[in-house]
Amino acid sequence: MEIDVTRSLIIIAICTACTFLERALPFVVFRGREVPPVVRYLGTVLPMAIMATLVIYCIRDIRFTAPGTCLPYLIGIAVTALAHLWKRNSLLSIALGTAVYMVMVQTVFA
Amino acid sequence: MKLKKSFAYALRHSLPIFAGFIPLGLAYGVLMQNAGYNALWTGAVCLFPFSGSLQFLMISFFTGSVSLVTVAVMALLVNSRHIFYGISFIETFRRFGAWKYYLIYTLCDENYSLHCSAKVDEDMDERWTYVFTATLVWLYWLIPCVLGGLIGSLISFDMTGIDFALTALFVTILLDQMKEAASRLPAALAVVSSVVCLLVFGPDNFILPSLIITVAALTVLRRTIAPGKECA
Repeated sequence: MEIDVTRSLIIIAICTACTFLERALPFVVFRGREVPPVVRYLGTVLPMAIMATLVIYCIRDIRFTAPGTCLPYLIGIAVTALAHLWKRNSLLSIALGTAVYMVMVQTVFA
Repeated sequence: MKLKKSFAYALRHSLPIFAGFIPLGLAYGVLMQNAGYNALWTGAVCLFPFSGSLQFLMISFFTGSVSLVTVAVMALLVNSRHIFYGISFIETFRRFGAWKYYLIYTLCDENYSLHCSAKVDEDMDERWTYVFTATLVWLYWLIPCVLGGLIGSLISFDMTGIDFALTALFVTILLDQMKEAASRLPAALAVVSSVVCLLVFGPDNFILPSLIITVAALTVLRRTIAPGKECA
């Protein structure tokens, strides 16, 4: 397949610039000045809120009408969470949850 | 010694990301190869935009005939959640000199999660802990992507589902945050807002409206969530 080198390089440049601009925005807005208390407060509470949003983002494609799409996710998340509440060892919880998920999607729900 | 400790911590802390990135990266390399872009192109795309979801979308930009304005708009939309990530690091990154730009540049979902949950001890160097983490995550993404382009079609081991490691990582970080935080309301608000927006806007467009609603709700409820703190 013939590729358009110039166009491809321009696409990479645009995507790089857009991504960097978004990641830099808060730093640009509060550049060289005191961070307002409400923003500092948001900085402390947002990580938990964003982590919860990212968990939902990871399972955004599940359909409760199709058990094959939702059961592996729900069971995998439950195993990860229970293991974590029990031992508080991130690597162990992640390995266990992922192993259970992989077995389910490769065998039971394949 | 401090550097060694920082590196060891960054490696241990970031390892689950590697598991999640291996199948995603290999798949990406193969898709690029199939679109006519060899491993060199794949490497360049990983080094520069460094954003998984955008990179997959870029394959359709490369092979399609969309206008460059559309490319810019789509690129801004697909990663709009990143606007919120820096808010938690404005003051931390200020202390890091020019490395600040590198850490902003590499502030993807995974680095954000790791930076948020980093426990920097007295015997570690704070700045290098962040820089090592960001660099490792960058390599974790680059290596499987390039390998996918080079030898992706030869791999027969069934890795289906290993990308669940990223979901599991977010779950463990969330649980740790909920254990340590004074209030669990931010997580509850985010879940309600995400689920409602998911039902209203669909899986491809829910995250930006959901985060805007969450930020608004957190701001309104700041006296309930962080009582006693001066939040003007």
